[in-house]
Amino acid sequence: MCLAVPGRILEVEGTKGRVDFNGIGREADLTLVPDVEPGDYVLVHAGFAIQKLDEAEAQETLKLFGELAEALEKDGRRSDDSAERDDPADGESS
Amino acid sequence: MTGGIDFAAFRSEPAANALVGRITSLLKRAGGTPENPIALMEVCGTHTVAISRYGLRTMLPPGLRLLSGPGCPVCVTPLIEIDRSIAAATVPDVIVATFGDMMRVPGSHRSLESVRADGADVRIVYSPMDALETARRNPKKLVVFLGVGFETTSPIIAATLVAAAREGISNFTVLPFFKTVPAALDMLAAVPGRPLDGFICPGHVSVIIGSDAYLPVARDRNIPCVVTGFEPLDILAGIVMLLEQIVAIREATGSAGVAVQYSRAVTPEGNTTAQGLMDDVFAVYDAEWRGIGVVPATGQTLSKKYEMFDATKRLKIDVPEPEGERGCICGEIMLGRNLPPDCPHFGAACTPRSPVGPCMVSTEGSCAAFYKYEQSWRSEGPDGTEAE
Repeated sequence: MCLAVPGRILEVEGTKGRVDFNGIGREADLTLVPDVEPGDYVLVHAGFAIQKLDEAEAQETLKLFGELAEALEKDGRRSDDSAERDDPADGESS
Repeated sequence: MTGGIDFAAFRSEPAANALVGRITSLLKRAGGTPENPIALMEVCGTHTVAISRYGLRTMLPPGLRLLSGPGCPVCVTPLIEIDRSIAAATVPDVIVATFGDMMRVPGSHRSLESVRADGADVRIVYSPMDALETARRNPKKLVVFLGVGFETTSPIIAATLVAAAREGISNFTVLPFFKTVPAALDMLAAVPGRPLDGFICPGHVSVIIGSDAYLPVARDRNIPCVVTGFEPLDILAGIVMLLEQIVAIREATGSAGVAVQYSRAVTPEGNTTAQGLMDDVFAVYDAEWRGIGVVPATGQTLSKKYEMFDATKRLKIDVPEPEGERGCICGEIMLGRNLPPDCPHFGAACTPRSPVGPCMVSTEGSCAAFYKYEQSWRSEGPDGTEAE
């Protein structure tokens, strides 16, 4: 019921706009987001754009997720290394 | 246009594993165990479905319990209001327009789908503006739009009513069954008989009302609130942020507050244009939540200025008081005291094809989401042990 789908504004004409959803263009009412321009991301719920998405915030969140995944991968490598170090045959590998 | 947001990256498996690792270590610090789990509640049908669809419960450690609150607006619409909607569709020269999720909801005797099969004019619309267009094209008919939803949906219906008033389309009406979230969270936080350590606050409701709307409940009930998005990484990151607050409270280094994980969409103040429309078009009342009861100041009906668009003022729809649900524990599920597989009807007498109670009537209900996506209930006993 509260499903809203992100899309990118293609055109604005008064309170109506055309929004691109992954290659599919669809009309949306822009009454609730008076300041949007082509190129902006919006959340669309039941034919209405309900909010302009903050692209910089989205990139920041994704950057954080990327760093977490990278840290986990490094941790994994480190524990692999220490497991190897535990092997007496391995000697002083680092 | 260049660049852009890579939405697929919000489903990255390595990042999900990293977040689950963080959840596991925070849970240990918070003291969550299978016997005394940390309990978090979402109050949004779209979260309910996302948690079940992405199998998040199976990824999370057993010391964390995810509860599903009354976040499905169709499910919490009282049976008498469902009966009224169906009765409206049987009045001559009435067109009922609705979002699709109301069609199969059983009333006391019929559903919208069944009265339509018998000739009633019931139309599924994508947007309330489509219903307004139906009214424009059928000036001799009365169009009744079923106004079911939380604050995500009610402002778009408010905008449609403003357009109807501006154009003088007097044959467009609404059955106003809208509900609002913040006061419901306050009620949920005070429910005795079960632990509740934090709210996963509804992302798209919060787009409209703003995250500051939860400050009173966080402060007065000392319960952490985190506004969370709907991708799997959003939900896992929201759980991390809740656990960070819970650890701070338990280690006496901080207190409950409101944080926003869904920062790409939610601001502290929300969408003030939408709020202005709601203030103009709606009046607040004490609404009944099906399975729960009356919750003060959680309903939106039409204001004096817009009451000529209220279908109940234009149509005389008398329906008898319905009988209660038969042995259904949906109220207990929505209050967080039980999960769907705890109900004796679940998956037996009560299925999405033949629902007994409100949590199974809509695809966003917690019982329907469990039934469809969480296969564990088929092989496990209610206590999580393997059944025969």
